[in-house]
Amino acid sequence: MTAPQTLTMAGALNSALRNRLEHDDKVVVMGMDVGKLGGVFRITDGLQKDFGEDRIIDCPLGESGIIGSAIGLAIRGYRPVCEIQFDGFVYPAFDQIVSQLAKIHNRSLGQVRMPVTIRIPYGGGIGAVEHHSESPEAYFAHTAGLKVVTCANPSDAYWMLRQSIDSDDPVIFFEPKRRYWTKGPVSAHGDVAPLPLHQAQIVRPGSDATLLAYGPMVATALQAAKAAEEDGRDLEVIDLRSLSPIDTATVVASVERTGRLVVVHEASVSLGMGAEIAARIQEHAFYSLQAPVLRVGGFDTPYPASRAEDEWLPDTDRILDAVDRTFSF
Amino acid sequence: MTLHGHVPPEPDLVQLLTPEGVRVEHPDFPLDITEDEIGALYRDLVLVRRFDSEATALQRQGELGLWASCLGQEAAQVGAGRALRTQDMAFPTYREHGVAWCRDVDPVTLLGMFRGVSLGGWNPNENNFNLYTIVLGAQALHAVGYAMGVTRDGAVGTGEPARDTAVLAFFGDGASSQGDVNEAFIWAAAGNLPVVFYCQNNQWAISEPVERQSRIPLFQRAAGFGFPGVRVDGNDVLACLAVSRMALNEARSGQGPTLIEAYTYRMGAHTTSDDPTRYRLSEELETWKHRDPIERVRAYLVREAGVGSGFFDGIEAEAEALAVRIRAACRELADPAPLDIFDNVYVDMTDELAAQKADFAEYLESFEAPAQGATR
Repeated sequence: MTAPQTLTMAGALNSALRNRLEHDDKVVVMGMDVGKLGGVFRITDGLQKDFGEDRIIDCPLGESGIIGSAIGLAIRGYRPVCEIQFDGFVYPAFDQIVSQLAKIHNRSLGQVRMPVTIRIPYGGGIGAVEHHSESPEAYFAHTAGLKVVTCANPSDAYWMLRQSIDSDDPVIFFEPKRRYWTKGPVSAHGDVAPLPLHQAQIVRPGSDATLLAYGPMVATALQAAKAAEEDGRDLEVIDLRSLSPIDTATVVASVERTGRLVVVHEASVSLGMGAEIAARIQEHAFYSLQAPVLRVGGFDTPYPASRAEDEWLPDTDRILDAVDRTFSF
Repeated sequence: MTLHGHVPPEPDLVQLLTPEGVRVEHPDFPLDITEDEIGALYRDLVLVRRFDSEATALQRQGELGLWASCLGQEAAQVGAGRALRTQDMAFPTYREHGVAWCRDVDPVTLLGMFRGVSLGGWNPNENNFNLYTIVLGAQALHAVGYAMGVTRDGAVGTGEPARDTAVLAFFGDGASSQGDVNEAFIWAAAGNLPVVFYCQNNQWAISEPVERQSRIPLFQRAAGFGFPGVRVDGNDVLACLAVSRMALNEARSGQGPTLIEAYTYRMGAHTTSDDPTRYRLSEELETWKHRDPIERVRAYLVREAGVGSGFFDGIEAEAEALAVRIRAACRELADPAPLDIFDNVYVDMTDELAAQKADFAEYLESFEAPAQGATR
């Protein structure tokens, strides 16, 4: 048994890539600047030096090309891990993801597999310019054939990326870029069984209300829960982890205990993940609810210029305000 | 002369068999072929056309929801298709019925997509013929990725004919305007990949003429990306075969990509939902009728090879038998069972999809099997 090591989320992602590259020579990493530079966030740092230019492929500039060629590689028997540099740059590849990648297994009547992982650094809070801070997860979660996941801590970053690369289905892997440098324990070997990829996790047990978050908002939700303690409220926090499929059972069981649910995400509220969660809870836990499910998220505006992003992004105060409202019913 | 006043010279069209059926030589594209082999190509052309016309008829009879005819493009497709080796991979659009034929994909399987019993339905790796792709040009990038894999597998430039592999990507004149096709060119050039881009310029992207896609002949675009381009008479099966063979050979040997523009004509509608009389003149159609890809081979076989009528009658009979088989098999294609729609969405079916499937099964069962002993 190996003691857990402390890694940043970026380091954990790098370790996961390294682990899978060593494990299976059909795994290739591809994207813009992933080689010598190690990626714009250095997630692929050092990989090309160790695995060579044939496996850590610096791509020509073109997102559609990255995903389109990953599809061709998968048809040939490879297991590509693609990097999209920023959330807002994934749209040029949208057709290749939702019309091609998501559907080829189905169209071949199950005879062709698409074990492609697409890593997308996403979300705001880093003072970036336009197209560098978006949360496009709902677009992909809405598409059958794709699996969509996101990590909130280094341990999940490590294990969930490994599991995504091992998946025979295409996985959109959202990385909360503003949490890249947060540190946490990661057990590097198989001494703990990782949580199944599609299971939500209760990261803070509580009894009075449930806060559901994922990706970058989990840390904020945990801060809010800590602050709520001072008001004598014991909040449960769920890290959803998988956005498609959704582990409805874990959320329902929590709401049945607490009677209240606030969903928190950075993406615009309308027609987002929160809407889906709220619909499921009213369908499956209606009689347990003491209050309507409330959503805290980005406004239905373009992601604002960075000097205004602190107003736009949900913070502990906005979460606590929603918690207050859920107790006022 | 000003920069914009410069007009490039009209390029030569590679041709090995004239519309009159006269065999001609081209200095750059010799073709070593026997008369028996030309006869076999003739058979391909006739059978593909018969399959295509039967499919059009089946659509008119309501047996297919849609059909995208390849009428007039048989030589472009058979020439390219017969240049492929077993290990090569072809990435078609949705009109490459002649290539599918050359890859031994059962025509009935192709009909499944147009009848609506599947969204594809064949295994791309079984005959090395990828699924039809309807979004224009998307498959050009799949071909590039596959070619990356071929290169990584060391299956290029080994000198072993059974091992060296090329990839053939089909698209049309309209798709040449797509970003994906242009990205594919860039990637293939940058990686010196073993891929041949095969553009069937059939002159029309539904109702838009090729002039709306390009100010220069399409094959000349290759120069801007850094690889050779060649324009071939797409109604000349021998020229298409010769040019494709050479380009595929070069790809297999590690010399990188080529763009082939097969200059041809879509004699029919874009699909059975289209009405080309609204946008093109009948004179144009008449002009192209004189360049028919089948007639010129027949004329050659009769006049220059002295092939007798028995040969042609035999192929006609074979074509008729094919049509009969296709007609019957099309009508027998089973509709998918309602619960099949949940299958193969994921390799590892999600719990929620399994639950939806179970719920729908229960719902369907509520309509079935009237209670025992029920009386009228």
